Amino acid sequence: MRNKFLVGLYSDEDKMIDGVRKMRENHLEVYDVVSPFAVHGLDDALGLNESRLHITGFIYGASGLTIALTFMTWVFTSDWPLNFGGKPHFSFPAFIPILFEFTVLSASIGMTLTFLLRSGLYPGRIREKLDERTTDDKFAVVFRINKKTSAEEIGKMKEMLQSSGAEEIKERDLKRHY
Amino acid sequence: MHAESAVRAPLIYGNKNYHQITEDICRPIESKPTRLYIITITITALLMTWGLFMIGWTVWFGIGTWGLNRTVDWGWDITNFVWWIGIGHAGTLISAILLLFRQKWRMAINRAAEAMTIFAVICAGLFPIFHMGRVWLIFFNLPYPNSRGPLWPNFNSPLLWDVFAISTYFTVSLLFWYTGLIPDIATVRDRTKKKLSKFIYGVLSFGWTGSAKHWQRHEALSLVLAGISTPLVLSVHTIVSFDFATSVIPGWHTTIFPPYFVAGAIFSGFAMVLTLMLVARKVMNLQEYITLEHIESMNKIIVLTGSIVGSAYITELFVAWYSGNIYEQYAFANRALGPYWWAYWGMMTCNVISPQLFWVRPLRRSVWFTFFMSIIINCGMWFERFVIIVTSIHRDFIPSSWSYYSPTYVEISIFAGTVGLFLTAFMLFAKTMPVIAMAETKHILRISGDAQKKAAAEHAHGYQGSAISFHKP
Repeated sequence: MRNKFLVGLYSDEDKMIDGVRKMRENHLEVYDVVSPFAVHGLDDALGLNESRLHITGFIYGASGLTIALTFMTWVFTSDWPLNFGGKPHFSFPAFIPILFEFTVLSASIGMTLTFLLRSGLYPGRIREKLDERTTDDKFAVVFRINKKTSAEEIGKMKEMLQSSGAEEIKERDLKRHY
Repeated sequence: MHAESAVRAPLIYGNKNYHQITEDICRPIESKPTRLYIITITITALLMTWGLFMIGWTVWFGIGTWGLNRTVDWGWDITNFVWWIGIGHAGTLISAILLLFRQKWRMAINRAAEAMTIFAVICAGLFPIFHMGRVWLIFFNLPYPNSRGPLWPNFNSPLLWDVFAISTYFTVSLLFWYTGLIPDIATVRDRTKKKLSKFIYGVLSFGWTGSAKHWQRHEALSLVLAGISTPLVLSVHTIVSFDFATSVIPGWHTTIFPPYFVAGAIFSGFAMVLTLMLVARKVMNLQEYITLEHIESMNKIIVLTGSIVGSAYITELFVAWYSGNIYEQYAFANRALGPYWWAYWGMMTCNVISPQLFWVRPLRRSVWFTFFMSIIINCGMWFERFVIIVTSIHRDFIPSSWSYYSPTYVEISIFAGTVGLFLTAFMLFAKTMPVIAMAETKHILRISGDAQKKAAAEHAHGYQGSAISFHKP
C-alpha cells in the first residue's frame, strides 16, 4: 500500500501553530507535524494526549527497587548469611546506595527502550523523508490522503495551508511510511 | 512563546536564523580536518597508545611495576580514578541540574560536557579495574550465581556500591547524551551528500524524523532522565567518598566527605569543560554560541563550588584540632608539614586562593585568565586527591611501617595515557558529531537570540534603534 501525504512547509513556527489550530477548528484532520525541534504549544494545538512515558519510568524504577531489595535480602538472610562483625543480616541502611543506583538504572534503561520502541527508532531504521529541510529550518504540516479523501477536501487543505502561511505545498507519495 | 527581559544578555549573538545555526554547527563536521587537527590528534593518539601499552605491561608483569608498597597501597591509581570521576561530574550537572533550574545557558555547552563526562568515566574506570591486578577476574564483582557456593559479593561494602554507582552513572549519562544527540545526528544525515556518511549517520540517527509525537516523548524522556540524574550525579561522588569515609584511617574517617567530594567534583568538572571549550570555541569558530556570558556563568559556579571546597578544607583542620584526638591531629599536621607538604600547599594555593579571584568581574570575563585558571584548578584538584589518599596512609599505625611513595614511570605513563585517551575521544567527537545541541539552540533562538531580542524590544517600545547595546563576544 502506498502512502500519500499532503505536506505544507512553514518557516515560522508561530504561523504553523496558528494554522494547525484553524485547520482543526475547520474539522480537518492534521496527521502530523514534523519539526526540527520541539515546538512548545504544538501538542496542545494538535490535540495530542500527554505522553505516558513518565508513568512507565515509575513502573520500571519501582520494579528495579523491588528486585534489588528482594535479591539482597534473600542473599544475606537466606541464601548465604554472613556474619559481618555481629551486625544484623538484614542491614537495610547499607542496602540504600545499591537500591538507589539500581532504581535509577532500571528506570532510565526501561524508559529509553520504551521511547525507542514506541517511536519505532532503532539503529539502521530507514525512513523516507517528507522533506530534507524538516531537520534544518522548516516545519511541515502533514495531511494523510487516502481513497476516501475527496478532491474537495484536498482543495480545502491546500487552501488552509496557503492562507496560514505555508511557503510550499506538495504531495508526497511514499513507498513506506515516513 | 514567552518573552525574556531585554536587560538579560542574549545567549546567541549575530543575526542568526534556524538555518544559520545548522550551518554554523555542522560546518566543523563537514569541512576537511585542518593540519592542526591532524597533528594534535596524532599526538594525543600516540599518548593514548603509550598508556595502553603500559596498562598491558602492568597486566603482564603485575602491580609490582607500580611504586605502591605495603603501607601505601593506594597511590596514583586511585588518585587518578577519583580525579577523572570528578571531571565527569560537570556534564550531567549541566544537562540535568541546570535543566531542572531552567538555565538556558546550559544549551551551548551541555552536549560537549556530557561527552566529556562519558570519556572521563571511561578513563576513571580503567584505574580500579587494572589496580585489581588479576584483571581477568573482574567478573568476581558481579552478583552472579557462581561456583563458589554461590558466594555473593558483599553488598554492604562501599567498594561494591562504587561498582554500582559508576556503572549506573556511565550508563545513564550515555543514554541521556545519545537520546539528545539523535535529532542532531538526523540533521547531519539530511545534509550530507556523501553516500558513506549518509549511511553511517542514517544508522546512528535511528530513523529520526521529528514527528510531533516523537518530540513530545523525547521531551518527556529528557525531563525524567534529568530528574533522576540529579540525585544520581550527587550520589556518585558521595559513594566514591564512602570508600574513604567508612574506613578507620585518620584523615579519611570524616563525615564531611560526601558534600566536600561532590563540590570538588563539580569544581574540577567545570574547570575541565572550560579548558576544552575555550579551545573548541576558538578553533571551531563558535564564539557566537559560547559567549562571554556562558564563560562567566561557569566561573560563577566555580566560585561557589571552590568556596565550598575551601571551607571544607578549613573545617577539616578545625575539627581535627577540636576533636582532641591526637591521631586525627597528627594526620592533618603531617599533611601540611610532613614529607608531602608540597602536595598540600599546592592544593591549598590552587583550590582555595585562586578561585576567589573570580569575584572580580573583568577576570571572570577574561578568556585567557579563565583558561589559565581552569588548568590551575585541574592541577589543584589532582593534588587534593593525592593529599587525601597518600598523606593519610603513608604514616601507618606503627612507625616501623612508615614509608614514602613515589610513582614509577609505568604509573605516570598510564595517567598520561588516559589524558591522551580523553583528548583523542573528545577530538573525534568534535569532528564527527554536533558539539552544540542544535535542536535545543534553535528552540531558544526566538527568546535569547541577539537580533530577535533587539527586534522584540523595538517592537515593544517603538525605539528608533536599540537603547541597549551588548558587547560583542
